[in-house]
Amino acid sequence: MKITIDGHTIEVEPGTTVLQAARMIGGASVPPTMCYYSKLKDCGGKCRCCLVEVTKGSERDPRPMPKLQPSCVTGAQDGMEVLSGNSQRVLDARKAVTEFLLINHPLDCPVCDQAGECNLQDLAMTNKEFTSRFKEQKVTTPSEDIGPYISLNKNRCILCYRCVKLAEQLTPDRVHGVLYRGDHAEISAYIHNSIDSDFSGNMIDVCPVGALTDRTFRFQSRVWFTKKINAHRDCPHCTGKVVLWTFGNDVLRVTARKDEFSEVEDFICNECRFDHKKKEDWVVEGPHKFGKNSVLNINNNALAAPKDVEIQTEKLTLAGRDVDRKKISMRDVPIEQIEENK
Amino acid sequence: MGKKILTEKINIPGIREYDVYRQNGGYQSVEKALKEMTPEQLVESVKASGLRGRGGAGFPVGLKWSFIDKKSGKPRHLLVNADESEPGTFKDRYLMEFIPHLLIEGAIVSSFALEANLSYIYIRGEYMFVFKILEKAIKEAYANGWLGKNILGTGYDLDLYVHCGAGAYICGEETAQIESLEGKRGNPRIKPPFPAVSGLWNEPTVVNNVESIASIPWITLNSGEEYAKIGIGRSTGTKLISASGHIKNPGVYEIEMGMTVDEFMNSDEYLGGMIDDRPLKALIPGGSSVQILPPQYIFKTANGEDRLMSYESWADGGPVTGSSLGSGGFIVYNDTACIVRNTWNLSRFYHHESCGQCSPCREGTGWMEKILYRIEHGQGTEEDVDLLWDIQSHIEGNTICPLGDAAAWPVAAAIRHFREEFEYHIRFPEKIKDRNHFREQPMEKVRQLLAK
Repeated sequence: MKITIDGHTIEVEPGTTVLQAARMIGGASVPPTMCYYSKLKDCGGKCRCCLVEVTKGSERDPRPMPKLQPSCVTGAQDGMEVLSGNSQRVLDARKAVTEFLLINHPLDCPVCDQAGECNLQDLAMTNKEFTSRFKEQKVTTPSEDIGPYISLNKNRCILCYRCVKLAEQLTPDRVHGVLYRGDHAEISAYIHNSIDSDFSGNMIDVCPVGALTDRTFRFQSRVWFTKKINAHRDCPHCTGKVVLWTFGNDVLRVTARKDEFSEVEDFICNECRFDHKKKEDWVVEGPHKFGKNSVLNINNNALAAPKDVEIQTEKLTLAGRDVDRKKISMRDVPIEQIEENK
Repeated sequence: MGKKILTEKINIPGIREYDVYRQNGGYQSVEKALKEMTPEQLVESVKASGLRGRGGAGFPVGLKWSFIDKKSGKPRHLLVNADESEPGTFKDRYLMEFIPHLLIEGAIVSSFALEANLSYIYIRGEYMFVFKILEKAIKEAYANGWLGKNILGTGYDLDLYVHCGAGAYICGEETAQIESLEGKRGNPRIKPPFPAVSGLWNEPTVVNNVESIASIPWITLNSGEEYAKIGIGRSTGTKLISASGHIKNPGVYEIEMGMTVDEFMNSDEYLGGMIDDRPLKALIPGGSSVQILPPQYIFKTANGEDRLMSYESWADGGPVTGSSLGSGGFIVYNDTACIVRNTWNLSRFYHHESCGQCSPCREGTGWMEKILYRIEHGQGTEEDVDLLWDIQSHIEGNTICPLGDAAAWPVAAAIRHFREEFEYHIRFPEKIKDRNHFREQPMEKVRQLLAK
């Protein structure tokens, strides 16, 4: 089967979705995803971030589809032609979805542990020239104690249903779900301390925002100050392949390894995640590389800063040595360009 | 006097009881269908009748039936959608409350046509009294051998259950209804697969409105061709219209498709004109989800043709100057009605009823409601109208189910046709403090203020 996305034609297997085909092509054609998770079944179609325009349905039925289609649940047809990054209509719709996701989001990134590795942050940054038009009061919900390992902040939740699908598919019992409806809908376990499955920690990894964060890592460090190390251990429950987030000799947090679309490669067990916070427990493999255009690359040892980029930092705001200032200031050139410049 | 198909016998005393219903020719269509016809013939006759789904979308029923997957060999189901929650629509309740056996008769024939052995009626939670009426009617049907094993000795088995929802508008959407019936949260499913292939418990399911199913007995007895003779063009048969608002005779009316709107609105047999000498200001022809129309587009289309009570004629002009027949919730407003308040009220409804699954609808409906609340309460700003327009355009078409469209259309149409009223609310907050401000000073009197 042949499918053309933004003018690039690619051969795919029957049953592939448009999103998967776009990910095979890569580049600007890859739609952003907030709810889709390739490792989970029936997960997707809800956030509407990955909308694409189908200009030709298929070889058999060449009519274009009138509505924008969610690429994560739209199956590829033979001869389909899709516009993703090249269509202004699609970009406008995605921008609108971003705005919708942000209006009831608390925007508390400065105190959020997810900041730096947050998909919503990335999504917001891709839509430039963004000013808030929302003057109303935000919907807020008190947070809830769901267990010793995971902290739940319902205000930040974007209701992607990933953690619900994960609990259904990875753990024996699902004890949390969505309560209420509309913009008052919230993830809730209803009963205190009830989430105690051996694989529950993966909910933290699949959460695209800071709604579910690691309690053992809470407020310990900003993620971009840590060094990310690939490591593994012999675990009877899971593959044991993890990333250690370290500061000096301390292992601050352990997560599963994520790929370039910030989806985990292997789900890990709670024992690996929460109980082994010593470097001696792990066999270190080397530095962890991030494929995505993420703020986490700032301190990544693997990427050297190019020479022709001038790092602009206001001297007054960050007093101190020039060396330090360069270290912690963000790069404002996308990674692709840096790599081209190499 | 137009032809009556659904409400012909509704005024017979005691028609709610089985005996009276049977004496008046009830369940004849079941006898005819099961003994003389094959399921294929039934589907063909419904196809020939041109009956269109009465739930709002107007999708041809026969076509929907022909899509059901009979090859896979999985059990099939008929699901009768009695979750009538659209503001302004109350026609199904009228049918089910007064002539429940008609629906059961239709459900038996339809299930036979679909070769379904297990069928459901999904009724909304607020209709608990109707639920009890239907339960009783089903018990009577079981007792008289119209339901259960080996109906009429033909070897056809059918079980019919009424399921009571918990009061959610979204459960009127067919896939959400299926989820709810399965015992899950009423979230619409992502289509495809359509219910005709994978519906209830992943088995082929047809979801039809009560009024569509109640038309089936007549079509079975009198053939589809006879039914197609009633009505106009592709809008065949009769339609129940539930009229409310500032009119003399509100209520449920059965009309032949193709009647002019003028006749329906102004003849004494039907609505009997406006309630008093206040002029007509606006009309919602098909339940709250469709576009509200100003007077110039009600009786005439934009081309100057007569507006008829039919799917095509109401849709003439598209969303700009037309609307939709929808589910037949006919809401009439005179000039005391405040369109801003009305739009806010509808928007509040959709905000309350959004399931919260997909982001444009979940966040957008709440946002629109909050902005409309501000405008209605005198705290609006000039940019708000454009902002509303922008929000609704981004909700429409980008959601999983049609609730997003239904939330966006009334706002869009209100801004399109009654923008000056929004501006009046924004610029003269002191004049709109009183809820009945249009009673003393209707828009005609204050329009000159906006021109300054």
